[in-house]
Amino acid sequence: MGTTTVEPGAATPGPKTNRIGLTVMDYKGGKTTLCAGCGHNAISERIIESMYEMGVQPELLIKPSGIGCSSKTPAYFMSRSHSFNAVHGRMPSVATGAMLANRKLVCIGVSGDGDTASIGIGQFVHLMRRNLPIIYIIEDNGVYGLTKGQFSATADLGSKLKSGVLNDLPPIDTCALAIQLGATLVGRSFSGDKRQLGAMLKAAIAHKGTVMLDVVSPCVTFNDHEGSTKSYKYVKEHEETLQDVSFVPHFEDIDVEYDPGTTTEVTMHDGSRLRLRKLEEDYDPTDKIRAITRLTEAHDKGEVLTGVFYVNPEAPNFIDMLNVVDQPLATLPDSMTRPGKEVLDAVMEELR
Amino acid sequence: MATTDVVPRESTGGPGHKRIVNDMSIQVATVNGSGSQSSNTVLLRSIFQMGVPVSGKNMFPSNIAGLPTWYTIRANKNGYIGRKKEIDFLVAMNPETAVEDTMSLAPGAAVLYDEPLALHKLRDDLIFYSVPYDKLVAAVCPEAKLRKLVKNMVYVGVVASLLTVEMAEVEKAIRKQFATKMKAANLNLAAAQAGFDYAKANLQKRGAFYIERMNATAGKIIIDGNSAAALGCMFAGCTVVTWYPITPSSSLVETMIEYMKEYRIGPDGKATFAIVQAEDELAAIGMVIGAGWAGARSMTATAGPGISLMSEFAGLAYYVEVPGVIWDIQRVGPSTGLPTRTSQGDILSTAFLSHGDTKNIMLFPCSVTECFSMAPEAFNLAEQFQTLVFVMSDLDLGMNNWMSDPFEYPTTPINRGKVLSKEDLDRLGGFARYKDVDGDGIGYRTLPGTIHPAAAYFSRGSGHNEKAQYSERADDFENNMERLNRKFETARSFVPRPEITKGNNAKIGIIGYGTSHWGITESRDQLRDEYHLETDYLRLRAYPFTREVHEFVEQHDRIYLVEQNRDAQMLTLLKLDLKPELTTRLRSIAHITGLPLDARSITDELTSMEGK
Repeated sequence: MGTTTVEPGAATPGPKTNRIGLTVMDYKGGKTTLCAGCGHNAISERIIESMYEMGVQPELLIKPSGIGCSSKTPAYFMSRSHSFNAVHGRMPSVATGAMLANRKLVCIGVSGDGDTASIGIGQFVHLMRRNLPIIYIIEDNGVYGLTKGQFSATADLGSKLKSGVLNDLPPIDTCALAIQLGATLVGRSFSGDKRQLGAMLKAAIAHKGTVMLDVVSPCVTFNDHEGSTKSYKYVKEHEETLQDVSFVPHFEDIDVEYDPGTTTEVTMHDGSRLRLRKLEEDYDPTDKIRAITRLTEAHDKGEVLTGVFYVNPEAPNFIDMLNVVDQPLATLPDSMTRPGKEVLDAVMEELR
Repeated sequence: MATTDVVPRESTGGPGHKRIVNDMSIQVATVNGSGSQSSNTVLLRSIFQMGVPVSGKNMFPSNIAGLPTWYTIRANKNGYIGRKKEIDFLVAMNPETAVEDTMSLAPGAAVLYDEPLALHKLRDDLIFYSVPYDKLVAAVCPEAKLRKLVKNMVYVGVVASLLTVEMAEVEKAIRKQFATKMKAANLNLAAAQAGFDYAKANLQKRGAFYIERMNATAGKIIIDGNSAAALGCMFAGCTVVTWYPITPSSSLVETMIEYMKEYRIGPDGKATFAIVQAEDELAAIGMVIGAGWAGARSMTATAGPGISLMSEFAGLAYYVEVPGVIWDIQRVGPSTGLPTRTSQGDILSTAFLSHGDTKNIMLFPCSVTECFSMAPEAFNLAEQFQTLVFVMSDLDLGMNNWMSDPFEYPTTPINRGKVLSKEDLDRLGGFARYKDVDGDGIGYRTLPGTIHPAAAYFSRGSGHNEKAQYSERADDFENNMERLNRKFETARSFVPRPEITKGNNAKIGIIGYGTSHWGITESRDQLRDEYHLETDYLRLRAYPFTREVHEFVEQHDRIYLVEQNRDAQMLTLLKLDLKPELTTRLRSIAHITGLPLDARSITDELTSMEGK
């Protein structure tokens, strides 16, 4: 995997470190309090691995989240990063504010399907259209866990609750929505797919724009039964994978041959390469309309479609569009934020 | 040409009968969207340039174009710039309201009207002047489509002539108003001149009101409170502004955008600020909190409905302890209420905005000067106390033009509060975010992006202990809430102190705040001059209430708390703070009509309660 081994300085070999000299332990979080087997825990592990492997400075990462089981998870990865467990459905605005304050930060926003698709849909859609540099992850299990198993707005039509109640409303496809609204890297994965999710997270870290990853993450307590469309069993039986996703970080000079006929290679903003070996003919991840059509087909067929649906590494991001100075606004010196007396004098003169 | 529509009667003051100099209110009734704002501003400025203290109040509809709007200019040699109830001179430009406006005048007032309206038939106890506007404007404005906009400038010239405002000052004001548009300036000047000349030649001055040159405005500026606040925020070092348009706060941010674009561009041509129009007020305050958490000086501006929407986030900021400044340009509620009218109706809801035991710091600017000076104070307090600070302005202050001394450059340094740097962490080894190290209830924080293994902490709106760890323990919760209370108590000694003005051996105290100040100061003179009633006056400038407020109540037999809402909100808030035996001294003069509170209403109510 994408790590380089630093020569240990001492006589005894030290632990393996990444390109900025940190061990994987430097990326760990607190002990999880979620249910054993919860898909969310697997996602936290993938985040730790990918951040470690990409050599992200933990102190430059921020982890805003909303409310719910998913939004608790920032406590379980990367304790050396600032977290902000905010209010229900409003993580996008908090994340936006923080990124305005300090453009040097890397932001991973963790949300759930309730936190995003119901109470948070307003802020979600506006976040997507701004193309703010953020990795937005929906840990999607189709139910409200903390309030004991009510349907969320991503629950599929006809999916069954433990109590036997059937969902009679269609789901909101957060990926289709994100693509339509302007997110620039959009995909769906499965918490149990180590390899795909890991590669997508690394591409997300390399991307400078809004990344929206919907990660189907079964709730072992409230939504893993027969009749649920978000159970481990259902996802395994119905998953359709668009591509075989792999990622070559910019700091690795390994160059594996690939066939341009069967593989789409996308060069990310930092020079990293996202490789998508087509498992479906003619899928073009830069074609928005095709992406939305394919997602609609998947719903009709009852498929759980995964892969990178859409990517555009070139679109201008929100911070660049605002034309703010390169230094973080948060720590600008007073001399740059309080104009001199002559400015006030000039304004007063105009008002006389 | 009919110039004398009503035979002048002795009682209405013939020429030389009575002379009232530099003390009058002029009301201009127009249709919104007709360019009347420019004409009104020119008239206001012309009087100001004559050296006469003046204020302008716009009473406008919640509408784009076509509905009635009234602009009141008060000129007063004593410097009273609050609203005056009585209208002395009506400029009736709006056919829809002309009859009602005329009928509501007190005897002796003057009416200037468009000739076809024939208002002179309505009453015989007023002074009427008629002007054939369409004829005059056609002569100076060949382009028919511009006539509607220029027509209003004609009345400026007529009023100038009738009230003896010098035409040279009108010209100067027009040149200033249309500084960058030479053609528009010339056209408007021609219109004003046509009005002036017409009046000189055809109208016989009969009213008692005169503007005469004096020297009470030299060096002064004219500005609205929202622009003053925008300037204040720029000089406060604000770096992140988020907003959602809402009357009457929008112009604060819009003006700020203009100023910041001009004066806050770094050497590389890039902005030292970010201003973002959010999707709603929830997002606006969420962004303020995110930015404040990450170390920016962040703010938003809103009005009552926005404040209501911000409630949940306000509690988060209180409990997570994040700085931010919220400008509330208060308008009339409940609900949508009267969006274009003024009030002081958000006091109680803002003090305790959010669920649980949330308490918020509030500042109460009364003038454009304070809109400016309280901005850096608000940002300093927010960062010192790691909490939201609400600046409670209102529509009257925010959107109307006020005369003021020029603002003084802020001398208080920018205070970023207790923020630990990497070097601090090297020295300390670590920190506990919510530990009361200094005994003032204020913990130390770090900013994201501080490269130190011990820098990070977990911010959460759920229960937490000193180390910012999740906790549902009863003792952790209670200790934390007590510390937050200690922090609020500390704030009492740091917020702006009240302004106290003493009368002569007064037994009665008046407490007021915000724009009620202007009615109160004038009312105190009325009470002294007309009723020989001495009063002391305390003007609140902040919540939590400082020591001086309690002392003031203790020193007086009766306290009248004057405010612009129905339910005596500030009085209620003060009651919670006072010793129980003192609360009986409080009496309420609470008025809300949507119009700025006038002195006479205060005087009448106070004297009636005093049995006078």
